[in-house]
Amino acid sequence: MNNEVQQFPPFREPLATPAHHDDHGHDAHADHGHDDYGHHEPSFLTKYVFSTDHKIIGIQYGLVSLCFLLFGFSLMLLMRWQIAHPGVAVPLLGPLLAKMLGPMAAGGVISPELYNAFGAMHGTIMVFLGVVPLAFAAFGNYVVPLMIGAPDMTFPRVNMASFHAFFLGGVVMLVSFFIPGGAAQAGWTSYSPLATTIPTNGQAFWLVGMVLLITSSLLGAVNFIATIIQLRAPGMTWMRLPFFVWAQFVTAFILLLAFPPLEAAGVLQLMDNVAHTSFFLPTGLAVGGRLADVSGGGSPLLWQHLFWFLGHPEVYVLILPAMGIVCEVIVNNTRKPVWGYKSLVYSVLAVGFLSFIVWAHHMYMTGMGQKIATFFQATTMIISIPSVIILTCLFISLWGGAIRFNTPMLFALGFLPMFGIGGLTGLPLGLAAADLYLHDTYYIIAHFHYVVAPGTIFGLFAGIYYWYPKMTGRRMNEYWGRVHFWCSFCFMNIVFMPMFVQGIKGMLRRMSDGGANYSALRVPGAIDTLPDSIMQLNTVILWAAIGLGISQIPFIINLFWSISHGEKVNSDNPWRSTTLEWQTPTPPPHGNFKTEPEIFCGPYEYSVPGAAADFTPQNETSSTKAPPATH
Amino acid sequence: MEIPYTIQARPDTGLYNAKLGIWLFLASEVMLFGGLFSAYVLLRVGAPEGFWPHGWLSVTLGTVNTLILALSAITTLLAWVACKVGDFKKFKLFHACTLLLALSFLSVKSYEYHDKWIHYEIHLKDGRIADGHLVRQDDQQVVIEGRIVTDERDLYDLRTQKNIPHDEITLSRDNIVKMENYGPRHNTFTAIYFTMTGLHALHILGGSVVIGFLWGPGSRMWKTNREQFTNRIEVSGLFWHFVDLVWIFLFPVLYLT
Amino acid sequence: MDLKSAIRKCVLVFLAVACTTSMMIAVSFSHIGGWPVKVAAILAVAVVNAFLVAGYLMHLLSEKKLIYTVLIFTVFFFAGLLGLTLWAMQDFPVGTTH
Repeated sequence: MNNEVQQFPPFREPLATPAHHDDHGHDAHADHGHDDYGHHEPSFLTKYVFSTDHKIIGIQYGLVSLCFLLFGFSLMLLMRWQIAHPGVAVPLLGPLLAKMLGPMAAGGVISPELYNAFGAMHGTIMVFLGVVPLAFAAFGNYVVPLMIGAPDMTFPRVNMASFHAFFLGGVVMLVSFFIPGGAAQAGWTSYSPLATTIPTNGQAFWLVGMVLLITSSLLGAVNFIATIIQLRAPGMTWMRLPFFVWAQFVTAFILLLAFPPLEAAGVLQLMDNVAHTSFFLPTGLAVGGRLADVSGGGSPLLWQHLFWFLGHPEVYVLILPAMGIVCEVIVNNTRKPVWGYKSLVYSVLAVGFLSFIVWAHHMYMTGMGQKIATFFQATTMIISIPSVIILTCLFISLWGGAIRFNTPMLFALGFLPMFGIGGLTGLPLGLAAADLYLHDTYYIIAHFHYVVAPGTIFGLFAGIYYWYPKMTGRRMNEYWGRVHFWCSFCFMNIVFMPMFVQGIKGMLRRMSDGGANYSALRVPGAIDTLPDSIMQLNTVILWAAIGLGISQIPFIINLFWSISHGEKVNSDNPWRSTTLEWQTPTPPPHGNFKTEPEIFCGPYEYSVPGAAADFTPQNETSSTKAPPATH
Repeated sequence: MEIPYTIQARPDTGLYNAKLGIWLFLASEVMLFGGLFSAYVLLRVGAPEGFWPHGWLSVTLGTVNTLILALSAITTLLAWVACKVGDFKKFKLFHACTLLLALSFLSVKSYEYHDKWIHYEIHLKDGRIADGHLVRQDDQQVVIEGRIVTDERDLYDLRTQKNIPHDEITLSRDNIVKMENYGPRHNTFTAIYFTMTGLHALHILGGSVVIGFLWGPGSRMWKTNREQFTNRIEVSGLFWHFVDLVWIFLFPVLYLT
Repeated sequence: MDLKSAIRKCVLVFLAVACTTSMMIAVSFSHIGGWPVKVAAILAVAVVNAFLVAGYLMHLLSEKKLIYTVLIFTVFFFAGLLGLTLWAMQDFPVGTTH
């Protein structure tokens, strides 16, 4: 075992303190290289809580975000109960809710205020505390440095700060449930003036939590971009990067440039809430029948513009990492290169760029003029093109492949039609005329959940099953993985497909009684009420959602049980993959690579005619390959 | 494996890691202040004619602050140059100046904030409005130094008004309907003024803390790793220059237009 | 580079900044036109001022292309945010304004 740190001209500078490193003569495990720990073993806190190692931070993000996903899911179950059985006490959990949340859950019944709180927090938690940290921060932190041949992220301590800011933001969000007045109730979009006039401090907590989460994401984004630009190993040119790295790169840029206006808006809304300014409060605002004691002069539309300037790029943050994971898994399990690598790269860059100029398609109902509506409609339609190109490339990649149907592949395959449905149902929403009818109905809910729930989350599950052996040295149980997949797939569709129908029939979103006030039952003889068939779908959806929840139990058990009882893998590269993360020991040690890898070929050298095996790792030459390219 | 390019630049990008990192961070800061500037523009464009204040802020104090900050930007650059040429004493001198200038900036700002805090607009029962700085107050009366106007709009455009009277006026409390100072809640101009300059001041404070740390305990790195220390001075200097850049737009937008 | 020439350059930059600042103040207090004209002029001078600081003090002029690219995208997106929002708030459906 080589205990000296290798010098690789011409890319390295001489170490500042060379004497320090020659003392390591006794490492039983992999060489540490330079690390923050010096000679002594780090304490539990330094190693697992305040770690600067990207892999530990990735796992921290992963576990915490999975917990938040579960919590957000539970909020949704409570909401679906209320929708299907308005005014009825929640079974089993009712008394607990009443005890924990006080008058808002009196008698175990979810009051309208509590329903709104659940709705707002479900959205916020799932997006900002669940999917983004899991897709971007967890997978990105763990895998990206390994895939590009780097020893860690460029700024390990900033990385740690980013995780702790995220954690703190999450704590603030959770705490807000227990303050008088309850959590934020103005939707995850927190529109003014409701967000300022609603009588709870939960909104202020929400804003503080958002500032912390945004800060966390910004620090992470800087880290990712700098890492991908600066720390690629020799020979890892831009067009040899795995698509997952490209996806994370674009995602990081989106986060970097789109989040700050929301941070600005958050500060302004916080000033409105706490300092009683009127950034978003119009003149003449009346609350509860009385003129509000504010200066007025503000603009509610301003909040919407600033929010959606982030809000739209945010949805691409939710989907791009999952697309990256799906690409990796599909390529690996078809044993052939991805179809259209260049198209994928250009498309993902285009999506990232265009995502900044489509935001007002969330605001067609705000009284926009025809010209500006046409502009946003055009850009929205245009952005569907690179998205479709990405999906098409992934689909075509299946053609002629020797497909292995393992659990990650099942989830990756499931992603494709689900994202297809989600994306295609978005097209009518992008057209201003159709959106006038569909806006704020259940159609919208179905559309975006299809992209994120059976879309992104399936991609993330694929990633968990796929990279689990690298993280732990064991596989997750294949049988229960398939159970997890098929049950989730079926139940997801039963939950969300009916919502399209409900939405087209006119059921609006965010109604705490599940549409009962507009139903044919409540108002017989009125025109265009919600028919019984639509209302009954609420019960179907409730039971499917419960089924979906139960389907996750095998996954949770599998995840933890397999750490100690899973089938051990017999090599560092059990999936026989070409990408660099599989060329490290299992699990990768601090510093990742014993010696700096050198890259000789593209990311997807599968089934190359004349090669020794059906795959060629990036850091190995096959006999038919030309010498490595320079940067 | 050591993390490469912390000190030497990577050949194809020509940058060391921290420099790329700080420029990326500054890009996000551009969007942050950009969001606030956009809010300013939209609120001002949306204000009805005659109701957007002019001349509420002291151009003299603003100019002084502008020059203070510009000078501090210069001393920051010179501190980095001193590091580059190996003159530790000059580095200490220049960054000490930077910190003193930063402190002066914040002092002037505090004075300006205080001025607004004690400036009251008092609506009287007869419909007139008293406007001025608070001299003293008790349970019975309020004494201000200012004037009384009949039309609210006279309070907005101070640039067009010459020789605004500043008399000592005593008002009885039972004559007062509403008394509010020129704080953030007073109107959208003060709101955006306090928010933007406040956030900017927080950035000045943050930058001062970092530069102060590098000037003090952090300067130990001069002996152990001079190049990395110089890079840190450059990177923190870039942040400081950005903060100056923001003020270059804040000053004309808030004070001069 | 050496300290003396750097100081010399910095003094020049500072004087330039002082000049542009006085120009802005002069325009602000003048009676050239209405506020829109004055604002445009003041902002134009502010941009020059910013260019001096960014160009010389942050040595953006001698920086690598990568930095430029990131900043150009940033400026583009900021322009989009401001411009499109302004347009959206000024464009009303036909027949709905008085």
